Amino acid sequence: MGNFDKKLERFWEIFIEHDGYVRVLTGLYNTIYIAVAGLAIGILIGTIIAIIRVSPKYNRLSKILDSLCVFYVGLFRGTPIVVQLLVAYYVMLPMLGINMPALSVCVIVFGLNSAAYVSEIMRSGILSVDPGQMEAGRALGLNYRVTMLKVVVPQAVKNIVPTLGNEFITLIKETSVVSFVGAADLYVAFNYIGSNSYEFMVPYLVMAIIYIVLVAIAALIIRQLERSLRKSDRRH
Amino acid sequence: MIDVINLRKTYGQLDVLKGITTTIRQGEKIAIIGPSGSGKSTFLRCLNRMEDPSSGSIIFNGQDITDRKVDINVHRRQMGMVFQHFNLFNNKTVLDNIMLAPVYLGLRELRRLKWQNRLIRLRNLLRSEKLPLHPITTSKAQIKAEARETAMRLLKRIGLEDKADVYPSTLSGGQKQRIAIVRALAMNPMVMLFDEPTSALDPEMVGEVLDLIRQLADEGMTMVIVTHEMGFAREVATRVLFMNEGSILEDDTPERIFTNPKHPRTQEFLSKVL
Ligand SMILES: Nc1ncnc2c1ncn2[C@@H]1O[C@H](COP(=O)(O)OP(=O)(O)O)[C@@H](O)[C@H]1O
Ligand SMILES: [Mg+2]
Repeated sequence: MGNFDKKLERFWEIFIEHDGYVRVLTGLYNTIYIAVAGLAIGILIGTIIAIIRVSPKYNRLSKILDSLCVFYVGLFRGTPIVVQLLVAYYVMLPMLGINMPALSVCVIVFGLNSAAYVSEIMRSGILSVDPGQMEAGRALGLNYRVTMLKVVVPQAVKNIVPTLGNEFITLIKETSVVSFVGAADLYVAFNYIGSNSYEFMVPYLVMAIIYIVLVAIAALIIRQLERSLRKSDRRH
Repeated sequence: MIDVINLRKTYGQLDVLKGITTTIRQGEKIAIIGPSGSGKSTFLRCLNRMEDPSSGSIIFNGQDITDRKVDINVHRRQMGMVFQHFNLFNNKTVLDNIMLAPVYLGLRELRRLKWQNRLIRLRNLLRSEKLPLHPITTSKAQIKAEARETAMRLLKRIGLEDKADVYPSTLSGGQKQRIAIVRALAMNPMVMLFDEPTSALDPEMVGEVLDLIRQLADEGMTMVIVTHEMGFAREVATRVLFMNEGSILEDDTPERIFTNPKHPRTQEFLSKVL
């Protein structure tokens, strides 16, 4: 383990003296930024998709929209996110002639990707509510939208929030592929430290610990959210 | 009050209702009996368009409510519906279950009038001849207070006023169904539709629910009730419809249906259930 001391020393040297910590902080920031912004976009678009998918399909337009959503969800759930990133960055953008920072591309791709998962989470959350609840609201003369908002969605949220939390944790972990398009995340930062100290054991160990702590904090926040949700309806 | 004319309902190839024609008059208590799968629920649910009929008409208050253009919500508010599985709103207290629709609709109407008045005022600024404003005699607080008063009065009537602030999951089936009934009553419906209101109840709770329905019948409420409680149908109904394979086979007074059924299918059915 005397060896390990030396490794630790070298890691520390690069971490402090060669601005390694700046890169780590930047990487940490980018990781959290991509996950949070991605989830926000995912919830926004995912909600719209879920609404389209659960609404009754009376006319042609709603059926077409529904098929589009099915296609979208299938597309983003059916391919690895690395492939989506690479295609977006190296195929779509050049073809459209758009210049965009890698980080923005990552946020958009992660957002679009998680929208597919979030829409399914919300859809199954809504479908798991007893259809009798909707019927009772409609039978009282309330319209679809009002019954949805006042009766069905509040019950669905209880199923949705925990699963949405899992999606957030998945996002945090998946951000570790953004270096494929040159975005600076934790992996890039620790890889830099590793290559400069010719020593990868400690950097990658620290990286692993940071991910573990990050996920643990996220899990804690989610649990807190669930608890306050349960308290608010006083039914335990 | 409700004229049903040649009502048909198909699910794909399946003919569930094969042309039903009947009239429900004010004050009638109609029991619908018949074997399972004969279309009783489908018929009842077509009356307030919980199911869309495939063809035929339903004239309610002089309007054909099978017309896609009518606002069915307006008509549903006049038709209370009670389900086999109660369907109380799980995320609302008992009181809020009863108050939700009256309060929401009251507030929406108030908002609508206020907006119209704003527009009228704006218009009056620009024109010399002034239009009168809609008189607004109520307020948000008053709408809520009145709905609460109604709900509490209804809860007191069924002896459950102490349950006002609990959630449905803590109630027995009989309590839930009685609350579901008064939730429908809170809308002041012209007619009540019951779909096997006691079929999901433990036997010892059937009585309390039937007692409440009997009270409503005695007060003159028009009602249509799908039931397997033959004794209750015989005692309370003014008319019994026997349904079989999507048609009304027999439509008569309870005495005649239960003592002297004309149709062999009716005889066979009654011999099994009585
Ligand atoms: N949503 C539906 N889709 C397809 N078939 C249905 C649907 N609802 C009811 N049915 C069929 O219609 C028939 C009549 O059902 P229902 O009206 O519930 O009968 P009842 O209430 O007399 O038992 C049954 O054969 C049932 O399977
Ligand atoms: Mg039925």
